[in-house]
Amino acid sequence: MSQLEIKDLHVAIGEKAIVKGLTLTIRSGEVHAIMGPNGTGKSTLSKAIAGHPDYTITSGDVLLDGKSILELEADERARAGLFLAFQYPSEIPGVSIANFLRAALQARLAEGEEIDATAYYKRLYAKMDMLKIDRKFTSRSVNDGFSGGEKKRCEILQMAMLEPKFSLMDETDSGLDIDALRIVAEGVNTLRGPNLGVLLITHYQRLLNYIVPDFVHVMYDGRIVKSGGKDLALELEAKGYDWVKKELAAATAA
Amino acid sequence: MKPLSDTDTLPAPELEEPAVNPVVGIDQSAGNFTYDIKYDFDAGTGLSEKTIDYISAVKKEAPWIRDFRHEALKKFLAMPMPTHWATKDLENINFDKIRYYLAQGQKPKRTWDEVPDDIKKTFERLGIPEQERKYLAGVEAQFDSEAAYSNIKEAVAKQGVIFVNSTEGLREHPEIFRKFFGKVIPTSDNKFAALNSAVFSGGSFIYVPKGVKVSHPLQAYFRINAENFGQFERTLIIADEGSEVVYMEGCTAPKFSTATLHSAVVELVALKGAKIQYITVQNWANNVFNLVTKRGLAHEEAEIKWIDCNIGSRLTMKYPGVVLKGRKARGEVISIALANDGQHQDTGAKMIHAADETTSNVVSKSISVGQGRATYRGQVHIPKRLKGCKNNTECDALLINTNSRTDTYPAITVRGDRNATQHEASVSKVNEEMIFYMQQRGLTEGQAMSLAVNGFINDLARQFPMEYSVELKRLIDLEMEGSVG
Repeated sequence: MSQLEIKDLHVAIGEKAIVKGLTLTIRSGEVHAIMGPNGTGKSTLSKAIAGHPDYTITSGDVLLDGKSILELEADERARAGLFLAFQYPSEIPGVSIANFLRAALQARLAEGEEIDATAYYKRLYAKMDMLKIDRKFTSRSVNDGFSGGEKKRCEILQMAMLEPKFSLMDETDSGLDIDALRIVAEGVNTLRGPNLGVLLITHYQRLLNYIVPDFVHVMYDGRIVKSGGKDLALELEAKGYDWVKKELAAATAA
Repeated sequence: MKPLSDTDTLPAPELEEPAVNPVVGIDQSAGNFTYDIKYDFDAGTGLSEKTIDYISAVKKEAPWIRDFRHEALKKFLAMPMPTHWATKDLENINFDKIRYYLAQGQKPKRTWDEVPDDIKKTFERLGIPEQERKYLAGVEAQFDSEAAYSNIKEAVAKQGVIFVNSTEGLREHPEIFRKFFGKVIPTSDNKFAALNSAVFSGGSFIYVPKGVKVSHPLQAYFRINAENFGQFERTLIIADEGSEVVYMEGCTAPKFSTATLHSAVVELVALKGAKIQYITVQNWANNVFNLVTKRGLAHEEAEIKWIDCNIGSRLTMKYPGVVLKGRKARGEVISIALANDGQHQDTGAKMIHAADETTSNVVSKSISVGQGRATYRGQVHIPKRLKGCKNNTECDALLINTNSRTDTYPAITVRGDRNATQHEASVSKVNEEMIFYMQQRGLTEGQAMSLAVNGFINDLARQFPMEYSVELKRLIDLEMEGSVG
């Protein structure tokens, strides 16, 4: 059982404060969805936790199993068990998916240890079968010339191979048509389980029809302003974000 | 200078299949060592007519070669440094402080057992893997001025293939050697070609008879051991009509506090329908001036392909070329250059179209790390009188750090309206988002950089033989270490 604690986190890009005191705890096996209007700091939150150098954490803390990760480099956080599924995954020309994943797994081994190539490919193909991904996929360069759907499937495959403790999924549904969305959601559902905690960041409710969360949080102006169960997402869908804004304004005024 | 003595021995008896074979291990740190060798032949320091007489006498050369050398020395002394277009760093070469000829013996050994211990140890330490014998048809290992070891598999020799060093080639096959020698690259081609012509020693002489397709690559390894030394090997490869040969060379030198000079001349002749592939992986220490002239002459329907990988050295100037002399001849240059701190890789290609329907292809990729500088110079020439000629030139540069530098000077002259050319060039900087993406998967920043660089050259690296592309990847990983931060 693992735990990711985000404690009163403040994040800035340059001088501009984006995340303004966000607190959230995710345990293994749980799926949390963060919803909110554009520009409210959802993606900033995920990139800051992953250790992107452009994002400055001005106060607060992020703890993985009780230990702060803020002093760790992005790659150290990744090896500690954090995975970020990118909204816009980078293209890496000339590096095949198979070689990339192999390098990523190799980086997790102690010095002098070599990955067993046969076992690696066996495991890779098993994961691909599980996610219903064509084997030819792995010889293509990472995300190079991929469609939106292919890029997201590539993210899911990487997540399956790296077996993180926590996965931050940033707008996984963006740019996908409904078929692609369903395939990606199936992938996430397949990987869901007692050893994985998920933070699902999304603008639209529709993703949550396919990946049903345990908890839903509404983020607005850099904070979580409302939390609830999966029904909260449906309420948001029906009433829109303005409802939350109004409620918040009323609460602030009172 | 050492006094001359008659120490030439008879060639050692030919033994079947040598148990060991040289040479691929070319990691820069692994190459950084030297042995204190006792040289039996030493032309001393500095260059004069006496130096040339010494070299010529040691080699017991015919008078025409001695005259050729003297003529070349005059040209070398008369020609200016090409600093009007090339880097001023050339002026830092002090020709008076260089040792032009150092050798322990005159005859290369046919088995490793006969090779003197220190020299044998050198090639062993360079990772000369025994299994490599499986895929090489012949090997020559040059130590400073002369080959210490040279052997060709019996099966290949029986096909009439000649693979010896240039000294032996001149002595034993003058009728072929003289016919082609200095014809592709005349002495006056450039100052360093003239210098090589004056003091050349070592290098390979290869003749592949009509229709013979050499099943495995021939390989040479060039090792500089001594400080203040100049290595001037001279290679001549002749592929007779319809024949095919692949030649590979590797180079290393230890890192001394003073500059070392490597100035080779390589001439290739592919007669009608012949194919020559010439593969170089050089990994010189970063105090070596590497000034090399390489050119091939392709007759009708012949094909010459240079695959050139330049890592290390202080300054490399090298523009492999093909003169497309016969109808439907094809020329190709595939080049990879990596310039790290304090290094300047000034590389490129020359394609001289001189017959109808000739085609040429140049693909160059360079990587500049830290304050490294990569320069591409290309020359493509298609005159008006020709028709049906095609050229494709692509050059891509990757900059790793903000202070890295790259320059591109493509000169493409295509006259007339019956020929086609296309040219693409790109410069890119390593993308920070890409690096973050890879780090997020658990790779360190350095590992991410290496992978990005290997990806950048991947399509070219795949054209190298397996063993070389693995080595290339390892070299790049080593070069990229410490390139970030």
